[in-house]
Amino acid sequence: MTAALAAIWRNPTGRIGLALVLLILLFSFLSPLVNTQMPNRLDVLHRFMAPSLAHWMGTDNLGRDLAARMAIGGQIALGVALSTIALALTGGTLIGIGAAYAPIQVERVILVLFDVLAAFPTLILALAVVALLGPGLDKVILIIAVTLVPHFGRIARAQALSLKHAPFLDATRVLGASPARLVLQHVIPNILGPLVVLASMDIPVVITLEAGLSFLGIGVPPPRASWGGLLHDGYTSLTQSPWPVAFAGLMLTLATLGFTLFGEALRDAIDPKLRAAL
Amino acid sequence: MLRSPKLRYIGSRLVTTLLVLLCATILLFALTLLIPGNPAAVLLGPRATPEAVQAYSHVMGLDRPLLERLAIFLGNVVRGDLGRDVISGRPVLDLVLEVFPYTLTLTFAAIGIAVLLGVPLGCYAATHPGSLLDQLGAVASVAFIAMPNFVVAVFLVLIFSVWLHWLPVLGVGLGGGWGDAALRLILPALSLALTWIGYIARLLRASLLEVLGEAHIRTARAYGVAERRLVYRNALKLAAIPTVAILGLGVGRLLGGAIFAEIVFARPGLGTLVYDAIAVRNYPVVQAAVLVVVGVFTLANLAADLSYLWLDPRLGRRPDGAA
Repeated sequence: MTAALAAIWRNPTGRIGLALVLLILLFSFLSPLVNTQMPNRLDVLHRFMAPSLAHWMGTDNLGRDLAARMAIGGQIALGVALSTIALALTGGTLIGIGAAYAPIQVERVILVLFDVLAAFPTLILALAVVALLGPGLDKVILIIAVTLVPHFGRIARAQALSLKHAPFLDATRVLGASPARLVLQHVIPNILGPLVVLASMDIPVVITLEAGLSFLGIGVPPPRASWGGLLHDGYTSLTQSPWPVAFAGLMLTLATLGFTLFGEALRDAIDPKLRAAL
Repeated sequence: MLRSPKLRYIGSRLVTTLLVLLCATILLFALTLLIPGNPAAVLLGPRATPEAVQAYSHVMGLDRPLLERLAIFLGNVVRGDLGRDVISGRPVLDLVLEVFPYTLTLTFAAIGIAVLLGVPLGCYAATHPGSLLDQLGAVASVAFIAMPNFVVAVFLVLIFSVWLHWLPVLGVGLGGGWGDAALRLILPALSLALTWIGYIARLLRASLLEVLGEAHIRTARAYGVAERRLVYRNALKLAAIPTVAILGLGVGRLLGGAIFAEIVFARPGLGTLVYDAIAVRNYPVVQAAVLVVVGVFTLANLAADLSYLWLDPRLGRRPDGAA
């Protein structure tokens, strides 16, 4: 862990990525301790204020403090990203390993299902589900997770297949280990590296999707702040004040850029050979 | 049965494509089953009488057995009947086909811009590795790839219309002639293309560098083939394979991204159609639009897969046909 972080720090773009990720984390979780403004307090007399000492990023169309709302948006973006990826990672890994050990017909069915899921544009699928079932953060997390499962499933299957006839697994099997013990204790720890890299590279993807859905008004329900929602609200009042759009866009760009650079540096640090695969 | 590996490859891609389309259709059908409450009641609104709901349920075929409904739905889809718009009563396929050209124009304009800027950038970077432009391009392409396209779209509006007043921004410019329509296409297409300029430049640079190091290129160079011809005729064709594959994926992703460009720039298209339909829960329209997008996405992937055969003659000779 510390070795991987050190390797990321030695990589110039990795260093930028790490710094941006830390900046976003600090801003989202620690700035609310310093910033005394409440994220949802209306103050219509002070709409569309430019940045000042009282309001670091200015105020929005209802006079709410933008800096406080951006911090909440950051917490939500990171929360959604982590829970979505945890779900997809768990599901994809288990299904992928299952496919590697299942009879060939079952494996084929699973692979076709992966192809089908991957063939669905995530955003369009999310739109369809929300249109039919109604909006909600839980649905957003679930939909994005389901469409990411093939990502992890394919890699997990390929890794598990390459281990299938490894001598140390045969030895453990001969010693009488149960299939569950074999998978949990021996297969998963040995295939986790590339999956963790993939997970970190999916963080900006999920942040973008959540922000996109919130931008369309079907992600995080108002009045809760989200970067996508803030960008959309700012866009509708662009002629009155450029600040909401500028800061919401900036936060999204810094976060996605930071996590992308961080993920790539992590990939190169853990296993340079993955460069071709991921 | 099929002895030629080429035919087997084509066959397996076709079967996968058909399976994807079938599963996608069934999935969309299954989603309508999950709608809370009776879809007929939802469509008719809160003031509908129970009799009206029952009558409309019968019209929609909701009182029939599940498998029969699935069979009818699949049969209708195959015949191109995707249902009727709840509000206007028109066939939804007509609505979709009416706006689809706008989305398609936007998508291909974006791909065009991405190829026009990304390919030369990638070629230059590969033939001048380590140069200032190469390093600048590397940083810029990561930033381009990372930036969500709706952020780009909103920033483009902010810069070019609010601050600079340079380009007409909103709408498609109906009645304004070709020139006006083309001007209004620039910013939306650019907002979609930016990511792909980065992808193409990066990918092409990497694969071109790899191909230029291969033995047959070295041999050709030793025989005195001009460097320009070597890069643009011999190496580029091989190095383009991963780029073409990414472009196949790109068509699908761009169709998804086009929603944002259409909403931000107030253009008609599939995205705006779905967006407006969601607001009033007009789900036959959503269903049809999603089906069309998934169909185009799948066919674009198929086209990319099949184009390998032309681009990479080595592929047809491999027994498993894997890329």
